[in-house]
Amino acid sequence: MEDIRERIDALGEAINQLSQLNETPEIANEITRLKAVVYKLEKKAGTLYDPWDKVKIARKIERPRAQFYINSIVTDFVELHGDRAFKDDKAIIGGIGKIDGHTVTIIVQNKGNTAKENIERNFGMPHPEGYRKALRLMKQAEKFSRPVVCLIDTPGAYCGIGAEERGQGEAIARNLLEMARLKVPIVSGIIGEGGSGGALALGVADRVFMQANTTYSILSPEGFASILWKDSNRAKEAAGIMKITARDLLEYGIIDDIVEEPVGGAHKEPLQAANALKEYIVSQLNELTQKDVHTLVEDRYERFRQYGAFYEEEL
Amino acid sequence: MLNDLIKGAKKYATTNPAAKKAGIPEGMYLQCPKCKKSIYKVDLKAQLGVCPHCSYYYPLSPRARIFAIVDKGSFNELDKEMMSVNPLDFPDYEKKLVNYIDKTDQKEAVITGTALIDGQETVIGVMDSRFMMGSMGSVVGEKLTRAIEYATSKKLPVIIFTASGGARMQEGIFSLMQMAKTSAALARHDENGLLYISVLTDPTTGGVTASFAMLGDIILAEPGALIGFAGPRVIEQTIKQKLPEGFQRAEFLLDHGMIDAIVKRPDMRETLACLLKLHQKEGK
Repeated sequence: MEDIRERIDALGEAINQLSQLNETPEIANEITRLKAVVYKLEKKAGTLYDPWDKVKIARKIERPRAQFYINSIVTDFVELHGDRAFKDDKAIIGGIGKIDGHTVTIIVQNKGNTAKENIERNFGMPHPEGYRKALRLMKQAEKFSRPVVCLIDTPGAYCGIGAEERGQGEAIARNLLEMARLKVPIVSGIIGEGGSGGALALGVADRVFMQANTTYSILSPEGFASILWKDSNRAKEAAGIMKITARDLLEYGIIDDIVEEPVGGAHKEPLQAANALKEYIVSQLNELTQKDVHTLVEDRYERFRQYGAFYEEEL
Repeated sequence: MLNDLIKGAKKYATTNPAAKKAGIPEGMYLQCPKCKKSIYKVDLKAQLGVCPHCSYYYPLSPRARIFAIVDKGSFNELDKEMMSVNPLDFPDYEKKLVNYIDKTDQKEAVITGTALIDGQETVIGVMDSRFMMGSMGSVVGEKLTRAIEYATSKKLPVIIFTASGGARMQEGIFSLMQMAKTSAALARHDENGLLYISVLTDPTTGGVTASFAMLGDIILAEPGALIGFAGPRVIEQTIKQKLPEGFQRAEFLLDHGMIDAIVKRPDMRETLACLLKLHQKEGK
């Protein structure tokens, strides 16, 4: 695995250097050839990714963000701002639009692709007002009987003084309760990092998916290592035992589906990633909108009801 | 591995020293961690674990708490044999569990049951901060969910005393899902027009705050209890500054409109009894 990664890096560097030269047909051919080799190597590496590789891909700054997916797959999108109480949290984008034939409310956590954007979006870490905006839009969706689509990409809910003063815990808790009984279909999925309660607050859904190179966990591997071993440098090791990859969570039944990504990760071919995402969401909406509301909410309850492992025979 | 755990539990469950049970350290006298004065232990017990000099609140064990709140002999425990397993094959998790079972004489970090408070029937759940920091894994989530569902089916109120450091790391994503599970159960209880009172005790943080703790129709707290989503240490590391005095204490939350009232430990039974009475349906 290490060799493959080194070779990919070396080839990437070669491609970079070639593309800075004056372009001749020979150079263009060589770049195409090298890219094909990289593609093959990445495809091979993809089957060998360990959890930490996935963490790194999920966090890549060039990874397509929720805003990109909205631009690519939602038509007639109208963004709706604010929680009507405190302010508009830019870590969460919400609005109404169409995905194929379905009019939906779409609520996403949005990181940035640059340092500047990340600061503006608070690195995708919402404050309570972000969760309250999300809830307001969900209740609005319920009123107008339109499905809700959530895209999750956050290291976690923000930890800070204002967030605590305004009730971060209450805001997340309220979303969990209200999503559990919302009378419209909900499709949620992880498109990057699914960090803790801050992710779950958009994740109580009828269908939960993960893109292939994303993670969903109780805490970041760094936080986990720091709590358990008082050493955040052991994050890679933590990632190995936490069971945070799409494949692990599919096996546990925490998610329903894995949405495939282009070879090497969604950032390699963002539009291809968007198409796969769109196709998945549309197929789920086609199915879920056929269900009567009672069955829908009942099934959602049962889904979350069954999670847990315990032992209880009389001793 | 599971067998080892169960064997361990059975062996340890037979020891039952009274001091351990009350959650108060051993010895005739002890020193208050806040005012440093010495307290006669019999006094401390009579005061429900409140320092007679400075009103510092010792953590109460769930059984001592229940004893102080419910009508004598009315507590009927639910799911008392339920124990954790190791769903992620987390290294040494079983060993850790057995240690806590030994230390606390409890099988997990919550006790649930039905009881009468001043003659009024209620479902009650009490968390135990001494058991692996009161962290919520599958058992805490399942026991509370069953208790809430039972209350919904019998049209009973629910009272939960929270005390938790948050999610149980060793159960990973399963712990996270307990937040959704308990909240969903409370949604149904709520839809049936039933009363849920949460009582936040020191400390209530993380995944418990971000689920059932903050969902009470009425949220009470003990004086001085630390209540928050993120722990103070994590916040200090994030924002790289010191937190103000009293930040995330019950009084701070009351001031910011996040809880309904602070109730002193000796007044808790009476307050709960009164609230239950005020929510009785007419003609009952």
